[in-house]
Amino acid sequence: MLSLERRAVDSRAMQWASPLLALVLTIITGMGIFMALGKDPVEGLTFFFLTPLSDKHGWAELGLKMAPLLLCAAGLTICYRAKLWNIGAEGHFLMGALWASVVALQLGGQSGPWVLPLVLIAGMVAGAVWALLAGLLKTQFHCNEILTTIMLNYIALNLLLYAVHGPLKDPYGFGFPQSEMFAASALLPKLIPETRLHIGLLFGLLAAVAVGVLFARTFIGFQLKVLGQDERAAAFAGFPAKRLTLLAFILAGGLAGLAGASEVTGPLGQLVPQVSPGYGYTAIIVVFLGRMQAVGIVLAAALLALTFMGGEMLQIAMALPKAITGLFQGLLLFYLLTCDAFIHYRIRIRRAPKAVAGEA
Amino acid sequence: MATAERLKLEHIVKEYPGCRANDGVQLTVNAGEIHALLGENGAGKSTLMKIIYGVIQPDAGSITWNGHPLTLQGPAHARELGIGMVFQHFSLFETLTVAENIALSLPADQARDRRKLEARISEVSEHYGMALDPRRYVNTLSIGERQRVEIVRCLIQESSLLILDEPTSVLTPQEVETLFRTLRQLSHEGCSILFISHKLQEVRDLCHRATVLRQGRVTGECNPAEVSTDDIARMMVGNETPLSTRVEPRAPGEVLLDVSHLNYRTSDPFGTSLQDLCMSLRSGEIVGIAGVAGNGQDELLRALSGEALVSNDSIALSGVAIGQAKPSLRRRLGVAVVPEERLGRGAVPSMSLVDNSLLTAYGEGMVSKGWVALNKVRDYASRIVDAFGVRTASIDSHATSLSGGNLQKFIIGREAMQQPKLLVASHPTWGVDVGSAVAIHEALVRLRDEGAAVLLISEDLDELFQLCGRMGAICAGRLSPLVNTSDLTIEQLGQWMAGDFPSAAPSEVSHAVA
Repeated sequence: MLSLERRAVDSRAMQWASPLLALVLTIITGMGIFMALGKDPVEGLTFFFLTPLSDKHGWAELGLKMAPLLLCAAGLTICYRAKLWNIGAEGHFLMGALWASVVALQLGGQSGPWVLPLVLIAGMVAGAVWALLAGLLKTQFHCNEILTTIMLNYIALNLLLYAVHGPLKDPYGFGFPQSEMFAASALLPKLIPETRLHIGLLFGLLAAVAVGVLFARTFIGFQLKVLGQDERAAAFAGFPAKRLTLLAFILAGGLAGLAGASEVTGPLGQLVPQVSPGYGYTAIIVVFLGRMQAVGIVLAAALLALTFMGGEMLQIAMALPKAITGLFQGLLLFYLLTCDAFIHYRIRIRRAPKAVAGEA
Repeated sequence: MATAERLKLEHIVKEYPGCRANDGVQLTVNAGEIHALLGENGAGKSTLMKIIYGVIQPDAGSITWNGHPLTLQGPAHARELGIGMVFQHFSLFETLTVAENIALSLPADQARDRRKLEARISEVSEHYGMALDPRRYVNTLSIGERQRVEIVRCLIQESSLLILDEPTSVLTPQEVETLFRTLRQLSHEGCSILFISHKLQEVRDLCHRATVLRQGRVTGECNPAEVSTDDIARMMVGNETPLSTRVEPRAPGEVLLDVSHLNYRTSDPFGTSLQDLCMSLRSGEIVGIAGVAGNGQDELLRALSGEALVSNDSIALSGVAIGQAKPSLRRRLGVAVVPEERLGRGAVPSMSLVDNSLLTAYGEGMVSKGWVALNKVRDYASRIVDAFGVRTASIDSHATSLSGGNLQKFIIGREAMQQPKLLVASHPTWGVDVGSAVAIHEALVRLRDEGAAVLLISEDLDELFQLCGRMGAICAGRLSPLVNTSDLTIEQLGQWMAGDFPSAAPSEVSHAVA
């Protein structure tokens, strides 16, 4: 008989083996799905994982997609370490994109080195305020942050849609719901010429490192960890739970807002309704897959950035639906959470207990 | 057989990951015998009990019941055979009546006729001198009365072996006497009793035989009435450990903590509100507060630590009102606290000892401009481990990996090394092995000698009488007078623990109230 048995000590090996195991299981299941769709599984996987990275442009695109994932994931890591289940990175991201665009368009005629920072800061502030809303609802009214952040995501999306259909709509845009192109002074510099890769990737990497340092070296990070692991100990030690909660939300919102701002000032150069293919949601997977560690989330962001590109590649090459990206991401998270059970538990094969004599 | 063997366990082995809880245990309980099972926390008493009650299956060994070997299928099977168990934490529904609670554990045919059952409950409880009204709701009963419900529940099922897990830890001395009378009567009538305890004096008073466990093995069997408590304690802890610490009396200094008319309304439905508490503590003295669990001890600790804020003037430290001060400010002013829960309040279970040092000792120069000076934290953790004899693999071990006693030494050490002016400690030696308890007592006395005021909240009367210069009791959120320990009798204290003291106690009573 198989049974799950609690481990005396959590397995460190499994902590890192679990994401790899989840990836392997995802690939195996993916092959099954290709076969069920009547496609060659090896060819499918090649298109999904390898073809996107076959040239310099592929790698640049990977970095381009990693940037928002990393920024969002770094912010979410702060929340999740404190066990604040903020699902709202998507909303923070959208608000960041929206208000960065507003500022960029307002400053349209201006040139000067201060324009871009102002635009980016606008995005960060917008994201932070949006996250702070959920934070305040939690600290003041004990509203569950999972629900409020999800709902705020929808509100943010509709505000953005209203803006591109209304006040921010380009009057010369042939009726398309999109803003004017930003002036050059409001665009992020390129990291590699002749590609779309911009310095947003550096923001992302920097954010990952900063979050690593926050939790390894600072007292704020320590207090957040304690809050997450043991609320009663945090109260006993006198850590300000409410202020720490709000801080975590503000930081997560600011970073996701910066991601949104970088997206409109980077590859897009304008505000469009499809500014995010779900970066804020995918970042959740990045955080868990990356074990809430700086190095881990960088690797996980690269992998999940690849799923976006692989999904696009399959649409083009094998005429598969766009849903394939979400499918792979979902599978990965599903297997990850399953495999994570083995960090705390192990499987044990139990013999039936020996019968000891008869009944009384 | 002259003295029938009711229960016989042979070579019982039970292994858990990382520990052998029972290692070849032998135990025989005769009919009508009150048999003590002694041992420190973690000695394997609970595991053995659960095996006898069928909650868990042994890995090896045999159980013989009234001469027949058997395998217990589960607690229901054990009850059917006549094995009854009274757990330390009662399994009663507070919103149901006594009779309803008892009906729940009976076969359907006996439970159906409620009137007959109520009559039977009254009959049984009167017969054994345990007054109990079957129609009372459990939430209106005192802890002692709830225990009676548990016992009556077993007796109605005609148990011939009653297992009691530390039954006296929640009772006042008077209630203990009543319980013992009942148990003696049961024993006369042929019911066997397995009495689990670590209070040696009680075992000597009550029990016919005792089996002592240490680290999962039987280390001795004796007639407790014929050997001294020290001899029994030796069997429990082995030869290396000192059994108690000697406390020299010491004259206290200035008034340090002044609590006056402290009121605190708890929002916890199962909590106890504090009413008009008054007391003052001087530097260089240990003051004890006895009481049955759940009478406001935790609320008092929270009010003093700052986890609960109270009216500013009701608590003053060296003349400064701190009732509204947050815990971090109180720590800066010299208040250190050892809460009752070690894991999950006093220490974060999944964090290392290093991180757990930082938890409350952050004021000791470990943080500068928001950055944690890791080497200082590590140094502090090592010093605690060295100075307080904390047995651990390393300072990077998780708090959960330490035994209760070692973790408690660590927490006491962490607080004591901050050189507090006031230390509030709640149940510091609860469930702690004798060796660690001695070390903890020594630490408290050392703090006192260095001039700190120590408030010791405890259920362990021996500990209180041994350490405290003055003491009193808390009951239902009210505090009795605090008097010199030398003037206080255990009977008087017992009455106070039951709430029998003049209300609105004057802030200081230094003469005897006997």
